[in-house]
Amino acid sequence: MDQPIRVLVAKPGLDGHDRGAKVVAAALRDAGMEVIYGGLHQTPEAIAEMAVQEDVEVVGLSVLSGAHMHQFPRVVELLAAAGAGHVLVTGGGIIPAEDMAELARRGTGRLFGPGATLRELVDYIREEVGRRRTAARSD
Amino acid sequence: MTSRTTAPASLFDRWSEAWSKAGQRDAAFETVSSAPVRPLVTPQDVAGTDWERDIGFPGQFPYTRGPYVSMYRGKLWTMRQFSGFGSASDTNARYKYLLEHGQDGLSVAFDLPTLMGYDADHPRSAGEVGRCGVAVSSLRDMEVLFDGIALKDITTSMTINSPAAIIWAMYLVTAQKQGARLDQLGGTTQNDILKEYIAQKEYIFPPQPSMRLVVDTMEFAARHVPRWHAISVSGYHIREAGSTAAQELAFTLADGFAYVEAALARGLQVDEFAPRLSFFFNSHVDFFEEIAKFRAARRIWARRMRDRYGARDARSQTLRFHTQTAGCSLTAQQPLNNIVRTTWEALAGVLGGTQSLHTNSMDETLALPTELAVKVALRTQQLIAYESGVANTIDPLAGSWFVEDLTNRMEAEANAIFARIDELGGVVPALEQGWFQREIGKAAYKYQRELEAGRQVIVGVNKFVEEDDADQKLEVLKITEQTEKDCVAGLAALRRERSEAKVRAALERIRGDAGSSVNLMPAFMQAAESYATLGEMVDVLRGAFGTWREPSVF
Repeated sequence: MDQPIRVLVAKPGLDGHDRGAKVVAAALRDAGMEVIYGGLHQTPEAIAEMAVQEDVEVVGLSVLSGAHMHQFPRVVELLAAAGAGHVLVTGGGIIPAEDMAELARRGTGRLFGPGATLRELVDYIREEVGRRRTAARSD
Repeated sequence: MTSRTTAPASLFDRWSEAWSKAGQRDAAFETVSSAPVRPLVTPQDVAGTDWERDIGFPGQFPYTRGPYVSMYRGKLWTMRQFSGFGSASDTNARYKYLLEHGQDGLSVAFDLPTLMGYDADHPRSAGEVGRCGVAVSSLRDMEVLFDGIALKDITTSMTINSPAAIIWAMYLVTAQKQGARLDQLGGTTQNDILKEYIAQKEYIFPPQPSMRLVVDTMEFAARHVPRWHAISVSGYHIREAGSTAAQELAFTLADGFAYVEAALARGLQVDEFAPRLSFFFNSHVDFFEEIAKFRAARRIWARRMRDRYGARDARSQTLRFHTQTAGCSLTAQQPLNNIVRTTWEALAGVLGGTQSLHTNSMDETLALPTELAVKVALRTQQLIAYESGVANTIDPLAGSWFVEDLTNRMEAEANAIFARIDELGGVVPALEQGWFQREIGKAAYKYQRELEAGRQVIVGVNKFVEEDDADQKLEVLKITEQTEKDCVAGLAALRRERSEAKVRAALERIRGDAGSSVNLMPAFMQAAESYATLGEMVDVLRGAFGTWREPSVF
């Protein structure tokens, strides 16, 4: 049987609006994933370090403050630098579509905006992690 | 219980019987707080209500019908749009625009670095300067923010919490430099630290020293700035974080009682500070539930203030509040629908007797609002005030069996929650245990699951969905990186130009006063005047008070 998916859910930056992050954490837990809740007011450095220490396959970031163009790429870069470039960086927030496209070019996975459902998010993580596991095994 | 006369009883029985056979459409019949709603309420359901004791008259105990005798016949609510973005000069221009279009008072939104006590040039501020509000790092920014606006002639509301005492000190000094006296200044600092731990999570210091800062501002306002509302006890953020209406009501009033008790413990007299306490509630989509919440809030507050804290002054017993429509009810899909949602949410605030109102703009799930979107939101209030006719009579829904029953239920539910908080040892111990945070998290998750199961409906999100709503694409406001660069450059110049000796002396005074029990406000004002920055002052306080991390619960 497959290992459960380990996910770190965290909020980078100074924004304290954690409703989305907590609802997502609860939904991923109920979907059978192992969820580490990294909490609020984290620096990208602290998040990347936690992701490596906890050996997660997914980092889910919630950014509602408009600072997404700063926070997401920084976490992606730091993970790559720590040899954890295989970790899926996904998340959501108030992120305009053109910024989502730009962030995808810079290495994030799919990002979810207002109105996205928990179902979509769970399905996406399962599918994407499944794909990455298969790719890793065939390497 | 009053006995039911034969005739109405038989009519009721006839209806009940017919009802049991009548079909119902397929819906959950719950409020947005998941509270079941009964199909019909009759006089029997409010038979226990004593009209004079429980409802009474406007301006009379228990103030269920409103805090003032004449309500909107005397004066309409204050139309107060919360705004701030980019640099102090960007926001100054927006304020002048709003005042020209008939807004009555200003309401300042600060950016996240300011809310968290960091200067614009701090590494943790990178990417956040001016994004969610205006950046204010020093007295100089405050002077630019209100340039050309006479502070003695307007009232200003400032949404600032952890560093509220410092930002207020900067405001007071700005006004003094304009030639105003402190006793001429009117306005509000949100300064509600308890709801930061509970919901909004923009805290810096641990709860105890934070409460000391709050009481310092209450005391200073009572003695020197008598027209100032030192705290706006806020349910808004509790609701946005996902609470139910009854939780918003109960948690907020419990916070209010905690501030009263803290000020009494300082030795202040209740009627010395309580007249200047104000409140801030959310107005969500469930129209009647919100109206009942507002009416219950006034009654609960009046009873507790009189009966437990011995308040004699009517102003200490009356709960006066600001309302903001629910940001979390707005959708990114089909955003023009948000104008309509906001309209009835605002109407609920007005029918609930609010003293001031902020209406959200249609584009706020996408970005900070554009000028056009803000104008439509302000016009929404003006339409309600001048066209709908609802402001012509006081508390028009009083005596509705449904509304009075709902008001009673809100009060009962809040009282049950107060009892639970007491069991946990009070507000501060409960938040230290993560109790509020867990309760809100559970409610938010429950709502999201109900939404996804279709028990709750949001038009455009899970019903009447359009794959392509490009016909409603809005222009969004972009904050450029230039703002951050300008703010950083401005701070570098400030640090070169000011007197370092004066700054150091002022910061030393803060350090000394923080370690004693002296009121910190005079030290903050001296430091503001020396152009010490927000970050420098907060650093001194971090050294004295320590910092806070919340228990990690979800």
